[in-house]
Amino acid sequence: MRLVALVLLPLLAAAAAYARRGARPRSAWLLGAAALHLGLVGSLWVRPARAVLGGWLAVDPLGLVVLSVVSPLFLVVAVYAVGYLATESPRGGRAFVSCLLVFLATTSLVCLSHHLAVLWVGMEATTLALAPLVYHRHDRRSLEAVWKYLVLSSVGIALALFGTFFLAAAQVQGRPLLIEDLLAGARTLQPSLLRAGFVFLLVGFGTKMGLAPLHTWKPDTYGEAPSLVGGLMAGALTSCAFLGLARAAQVMAAAGQAGFMEPLLLGFGIFSLLVAAAFVIGQTDLKRLLAYSSVEHMGLLVLGLGLGGTGVWGSVLHVVNNGLTKGLTFLAVGNIVLATGTSYAPAMRGVLRRVPFSGALLLVALFAVTGSPPFGLFVSEFTILGAAIGGGHPWIGGAVVALLAVIFIGMARTILEVLYGEAEGPPAAREGPLRLAGPLALAAAVLLLGLYLPGPLREMLARASLSLGGAVP
Amino acid sequence: MTHLADLLLLLVVLTDFWVLGTTRLSSTIRAAAFQGALLAALPLALHRGVSLHLLALGAGTLLVKAVLLPGFLHRAIREASVRREVEPLIGFTASLGLGAVAVALSFGVAERLPLPESQTALLVPAALATVIVGLLVLTTRNKALTQVVGYLVLENGIYVFGLSQAERVEFLVELGVLLDVFVGVFIMGIVVFHINREFDSLSSARLTELKD
Repeated sequence: MRLVALVLLPLLAAAAAYARRGARPRSAWLLGAAALHLGLVGSLWVRPARAVLGGWLAVDPLGLVVLSVVSPLFLVVAVYAVGYLATESPRGGRAFVSCLLVFLATTSLVCLSHHLAVLWVGMEATTLALAPLVYHRHDRRSLEAVWKYLVLSSVGIALALFGTFFLAAAQVQGRPLLIEDLLAGARTLQPSLLRAGFVFLLVGFGTKMGLAPLHTWKPDTYGEAPSLVGGLMAGALTSCAFLGLARAAQVMAAAGQAGFMEPLLLGFGIFSLLVAAAFVIGQTDLKRLLAYSSVEHMGLLVLGLGLGGTGVWGSVLHVVNNGLTKGLTFLAVGNIVLATGTSYAPAMRGVLRRVPFSGALLLVALFAVTGSPPFGLFVSEFTILGAAIGGGHPWIGGAVVALLAVIFIGMARTILEVLYGEAEGPPAAREGPLRLAGPLALAAAVLLLGLYLPGPLREMLARASLSLGGAVP
Repeated sequence: MTHLADLLLLLVVLTDFWVLGTTRLSSTIRAAAFQGALLAALPLALHRGVSLHLLALGAGTLLVKAVLLPGFLHRAIREASVRREVEPLIGFTASLGLGAVAVALSFGVAERLPLPESQTALLVPAALATVIVGLLVLTTRNKALTQVVGYLVLENGIYVFGLSQAERVEFLVELGVLLDVFVGVFIMGIVVFHINREFDSLSSARLTELKD
């Protein structure tokens, strides 16, 4: 019941919000649905729900971890969106709110579906739900961005459907495409069809994650979309895409095909870090900078998965940390873009003086997103590094350290130049409390996750890692 | 029954060449619509006996891929008054040649794939060839609208491949896939409208403002 509610509730709220003309009831629907959704997700931690719809919807540790990133992130973004739409809503924000809620419904579907084709349907729907939001400003640049986003994501995800059908063809026993049955009969899967299917799924979901060289839509889309939409994409959408890939990896590991899968994942991971490092240096647009930071973190995610062992645990923890940190970073940048009217770094100086709270948040976000201690991303990056060096890949470990250092320098230079320096331009715009509370909460969360992992979370991460064929440190 | 299926699959591959070789946008859309109609007939031709599941699948496919989407795309070009694809990255003759290579390649690959006795030997090669042609159109054509047709052809190829599993995969899932394709192409079509209004042409080659 609760599982169905998690998908249907946001959908109903989307319809209700679209039906209302006033901004106030619409905000109420948005916030109410987001809060209720978070409550339902919380209840799943206390008392697990039974699988419904013939096993199509179920909760397992992996799905629950991703859902638990998406749901609080969405609530924060929803609160922010109310503040955002008060100043920036050229067309009233009716479609905007509804698209956000449809996005929440579709991400829930992705997290809960244990049927690979249902997962695909949800994944494609997440792409489509965000498309109108990318085009929010209705100008030439956002038009170009939404076109690239739609075409590349749709083609990528079409290839993932191809891969899904390959998996169905590889299966000789059990209910088709159900994760449980795929895992139970993993040893009977036809190996060459399984491998072909995995390659297509990797390319398909990799496009949606934005792994290099399939990332080309990312900087354009993040650069042009409103920051809160960028935060949802970098924090929630990519986590869901990673979940899709992880499902495929789960089947591969169970079928004893880890030897085929791991080099592919390592290759994509290293190449993504390389591309991110190359484009972060000298990047003059703050939002595009964040897009390349997202490419970096997606690379780390598949790297951990490809390393196996404790690397997988690090990867799952990285999903949590990355999701929340990306929300913080995009919302902090969003405030600054709203205050200065641009995301072009050389055009803004002395941001710390002009918008002190948002500036301070961006400073925190800079250290959090580059994986500096004591923030959460440091712990997961350190675990993945440890898995590389301890697992007999010292070269990969060395390369990752070097690339992370380059990325840190590149990001720090651009962001610090924006924060400090002589303040110019008009005096600060008002920083609304609605637009500060959310990022502040996220900053506290990622700081806490860096210092201390609560027991239930630790246990859930361990179970998720084991289900992917990984280990627990 | 298999004779009919083979004939339909052969026509699907021929439609691929129709898409590749034509310069007129309206003709490209007609080709995609025709392919959609072929796809709608395929489930009934491939599987023995007529079930409600197969009938509904055929009807849904016909409605979405042969009627609604082509109709919508036709409206898009009528309002934009564009008629022809201009100088694609790879010429029409060359892309027909590449299409032929794709078909040959697909037969070679399909032979090696250890698929469980599919009903007709043509199914997998036709699917692969259509997927490759779809990707070819997507990557080598300049008009945004032709690229949408390329995406449709790509989806059609995947659909043909999925038909080998049609009896095992649930109807609700197929419906979801169709719905996604429908909404996807619909939104792309709307973006095409806007591209036309902003840039006075349907060419995605004009979209070059964003880069590093």
